[in-house]
Amino acid sequence: MRYQFWAASIVALATIGTSSGAMAQGRLSFYCSAQEDWCQLMARSFEESSGIRVDMTRKSSGETYAQVKAEESNPRGDIWWGGTGDPHLQAAEEGLTEEYISPMRDQLHPWAIAQAESAGNRTIGIYSGALGFGFNRDLLASNNLPEPACWEDLTKPEFKGHVQMANPNSSGTAYTALATMVQLFGEEAGFDYMKRLHANVNQYTKSGSAPIKAAGQGETTVGIVFLHDAVATAVAGFPVSIVAPCEGTGYEIGSMSIIKGARNMDQAKAFYDWALSAEAQSLALQVNAFQVMSNMAAESSDLAPNMDLIKLIDYDFVKYGSSEERRRLLEKWDNDVSRLPQ
Amino acid sequence: MRLAKSESAAHPVLIFWIIAGWVGYAVLPWYGVEDFWEFRWLADGWPFYSDYAPAALLIAQGQKLWLAPMLVALILPLLVIRRRKSDDLYGKILIVAGGFGFAWLVAQGLGIGLRGFTAPWLVALFGELGDRQFGMGYGALLTASAFLFLFTQGIAARGAVNGDVFVTGAIGGVVTVVAIFVFFPIVKMLGAAFVADGGGYSGSTFLSKLFDQRIWSLGCLSGGRCGVAWNSLFLAVLVGILTTVLGLVFALLLTRSSFRYKRALRALTVLPIITPPFVIGLAIILLFGLSGTVTQTVADWFGITPTRWIYGLPGILIAQVLAFTPIAFLVMIGVVEGVSPSMEEAAQTLRANRWQTFRTVSLPLMRPGLANAFLLGFIESMADFGNPLVLGGNYDVLSTEIFFAIVGAQYDQSRAAILAFVLLFFTLGAFWVQRFWLGRKSYTTVTGKGDAGVHPLMPRGLSVPVYVVAGLWGAFTLTVYAYIVYGSLVQLWGLDHTLTLDHYRTAFAVGWGENGIRWSGSAWSSFWTTIMIATISAPLTAAVGLITAYLLTRQDFKGKQSFEFGTMLSFAVPGTVIGVAYILAFNVPPIEITGTGLILVISFVFRNMPVGVRAGIASMSQLDRSLDESSLTLGANSWQTFRAVILPLLKPAIVAALVYSFVSAMTAISAVIFLVSARYDMSTSYIIGRVENNDYGLAIAYSTALIFVMLAAVGLMQLVVGRTKIGRRGAAGMGH
Repeated sequence: MRYQFWAASIVALATIGTSSGAMAQGRLSFYCSAQEDWCQLMARSFEESSGIRVDMTRKSSGETYAQVKAEESNPRGDIWWGGTGDPHLQAAEEGLTEEYISPMRDQLHPWAIAQAESAGNRTIGIYSGALGFGFNRDLLASNNLPEPACWEDLTKPEFKGHVQMANPNSSGTAYTALATMVQLFGEEAGFDYMKRLHANVNQYTKSGSAPIKAAGQGETTVGIVFLHDAVATAVAGFPVSIVAPCEGTGYEIGSMSIIKGARNMDQAKAFYDWALSAEAQSLALQVNAFQVMSNMAAESSDLAPNMDLIKLIDYDFVKYGSSEERRRLLEKWDNDVSRLPQ
Repeated sequence: MRLAKSESAAHPVLIFWIIAGWVGYAVLPWYGVEDFWEFRWLADGWPFYSDYAPAALLIAQGQKLWLAPMLVALILPLLVIRRRKSDDLYGKILIVAGGFGFAWLVAQGLGIGLRGFTAPWLVALFGELGDRQFGMGYGALLTASAFLFLFTQGIAARGAVNGDVFVTGAIGGVVTVVAIFVFFPIVKMLGAAFVADGGGYSGSTFLSKLFDQRIWSLGCLSGGRCGVAWNSLFLAVLVGILTTVLGLVFALLLTRSSFRYKRALRALTVLPIITPPFVIGLAIILLFGLSGTVTQTVADWFGITPTRWIYGLPGILIAQVLAFTPIAFLVMIGVVEGVSPSMEEAAQTLRANRWQTFRTVSLPLMRPGLANAFLLGFIESMADFGNPLVLGGNYDVLSTEIFFAIVGAQYDQSRAAILAFVLLFFTLGAFWVQRFWLGRKSYTTVTGKGDAGVHPLMPRGLSVPVYVVAGLWGAFTLTVYAYIVYGSLVQLWGLDHTLTLDHYRTAFAVGWGENGIRWSGSAWSSFWTTIMIATISAPLTAAVGLITAYLLTRQDFKGKQSFEFGTMLSFAVPGTVIGVAYILAFNVPPIEITGTGLILVISFVFRNMPVGVRAGIASMSQLDRSLDESSLTLGANSWQTFRAVILPLLKPAIVAALVYSFVSAMTAISAVIFLVSARYDMSTSYIIGRVENNDYGLAIAYSTALIFVMLAAVGLMQLVVGRTKIGRRGAAGMGH
């Protein structure tokens, strides 16, 4: 019958159609949580070295985490590179990212591998940066303040209204600071420190690096931030000095993860391996990113804070990165610290 | 008379939609193609390759058989082509066919997704499907529209809205798009409010989170800190009042004074609306911050210690009033211009003096404008995100709390949803209060009768304060903008004030390459995307907004109240929530558009539609219904009346809607930040990236360039749309 004839010819043509519908080759959807120009540079350099077309989106690590979670059932991104480790660990905990062991692993610092192992190989460290603070030299002088060198110095009464840090509820940087104090001084003493610091804080900013920018602009004297952010502000020309606190300090590990169910899995793995190479990690210097890179052979800047001279605590990423502990500490901070009068 | 006319012809609208339905079903690709605007599929295996095949061919190949029942709904309408509209079957068949087709299309779209059936009970009922489907494409879109409009024609034939095909179609269309692009995502997002900490749904967690002390504490009355809800409310009321007053001041100055520099003033009042976020905030910090010029100077003069007074309520208030006064002004100017001078002349003929006339005639007639301006200022302030972020200090407001509940260290989506809930409650509350205040009075002044008056000047007692306020505000705005332009021209703002063009060069360098012009500057890619998205979304916004306003003011139908509520809803929801809600709703089939330019266009259209609606309503409630009635009596249908009578009188409202949506596409940030993708990056998200990276110079240079582009575009739009000449007022020397 006519219908059968049609159906037969349609099926015949359909097979031809299917074979001609070729897939687009060599694309990578790249979620980047580092600074804009670093992201651009990584995307372009990878395009050049691999011939794979890169579509890059830059967002903070918290925003990217929110997006990856929202896109869980239909992932749009392939790889997520950069940004502080906690959201990466969180994503790993929730199974939003893919397990992968790169052949480049043996070239990495032990802390990077430890980070990967703690997350079931669903993420890996690409750089690390220590927490500390920076101060505006001009404001310090005009207010006749002594140069601070330790965490304790910031709680002195003469620093009242001169210290700025981010709100741990909104910023990963400030949460790292809170977790650092708890690990450095013990929970009771750590919270006691936060309370005394609270008396001197002029504002809890929303974004983690805002305090050092405010210090650069002369809007606050001291800003508690990651040291590489402080170095970048100083290099931009602002009168900012950098302090690695004498008691010791915590640090973050910037991480990279492959998104589970990535549409371009092979390309994502190619990027993953490339991003762990010394060559790719040395690119950081071109964009004033002063973190310590995870490949042992990567070049480092003279301006970068020397991690060997900084007293680092043994930061427990698994415990303090877990959502349970995070919620408990933040709630305690909310109830015991943030509500105190200033 | 009209009935006879429509029965004599075959119904062209009906035939059009029947054909459209078939084309969508049997010709165009049913499922979404990679890029909506790209037509590679034409040469890439269409029509048989299953990714690009139309529904009819898929079924013929034995695939996706759940699409088959729609055939019935496509065949049925063929039966009524030759029938009369008054025939009982005509309406019934169309209602059944359209309704069934549409319902089936939606049900299969929601029920079958990427992994087969989407809900456990469907699997329990039918077993595993063993097949899946992607998001809908052109074909599904066209067929769905066909079903919808066949259905509305059916209702019209049954006598709804006096059998008016255009009006029922318009109502059906607006209801559907608002349901899909406003309600659906918001419902999905608010569902998250009931998610308990460990997963699962819980009402008690919801209540305990809703009445959290951090939201509702009244501590500030006794020296402590208030909850975010009160902070937001207080701020929004202040901003609403101040912007409305300032908007009125500028509108009066432009229409009812002999002020000489109206053109300059008009440009000045529009300036803040076309300024990208963060820039005003940064300029205000440089003026009033701890190390700001003004703060330091004042501290030197009076020998006081400079303080951080600007951070908190004062800073947000100044920045928001500066930013949102233009919106109030755009609403007020349409209304103030629209008040018919005949009324005022009548009052004066009756021996009222100018003050009495103003107080008892002009001002009450401006009430719809005042109410709408306040509402817009209130809602904008509630949803504003950039200014509180930069200037908020420790004064927390709902919008930033929502943002950081989602992206911050807490990742607490349910808290975000609850805060959004509170925010929605306030904005909708304001909406009801406004309606209550306007009441049922008539504000009509433009009638079909002769209208040849000229607006009287303001009474002197009013004009003095008006001049003073406008002068002060003008000077302040000028200072802020002079600072911004200056900031884009210096090496390092606040530190090294050597003049340079470097920032412009980095952003907008243009070179000559082998293939002609090379756009080598770093800003070009996001710039062209932004221009494209803004150009597409502006006319769409104006169209949807004005049609809705027309329906609301001119037509009576069941459910009009909830219809109005629905169209205002998207404006009351902060952009951040819309952003996340859109990702949640549109990342999966049936509508799969995240990562495309389309989702940006759609988010702008529905975010800004309420401005078009409000402006349209404010203007339309001044046009007397007798104008439409005479047009209808003369034999025009409602579409012709809308196009030839109402639309030309609405030019100020059209300009307002066009300008607002174009501009907000270039300056909006909160929703955009979630919706941009690698290929469709917008200028605002690029600028934020620069600010985060200490690159203030580049950010400000880019913003300055955008300001000039928008100025040019706004001028162009006013030129193209033109101005309405009502009576002799155009000749009265309005600088424009």
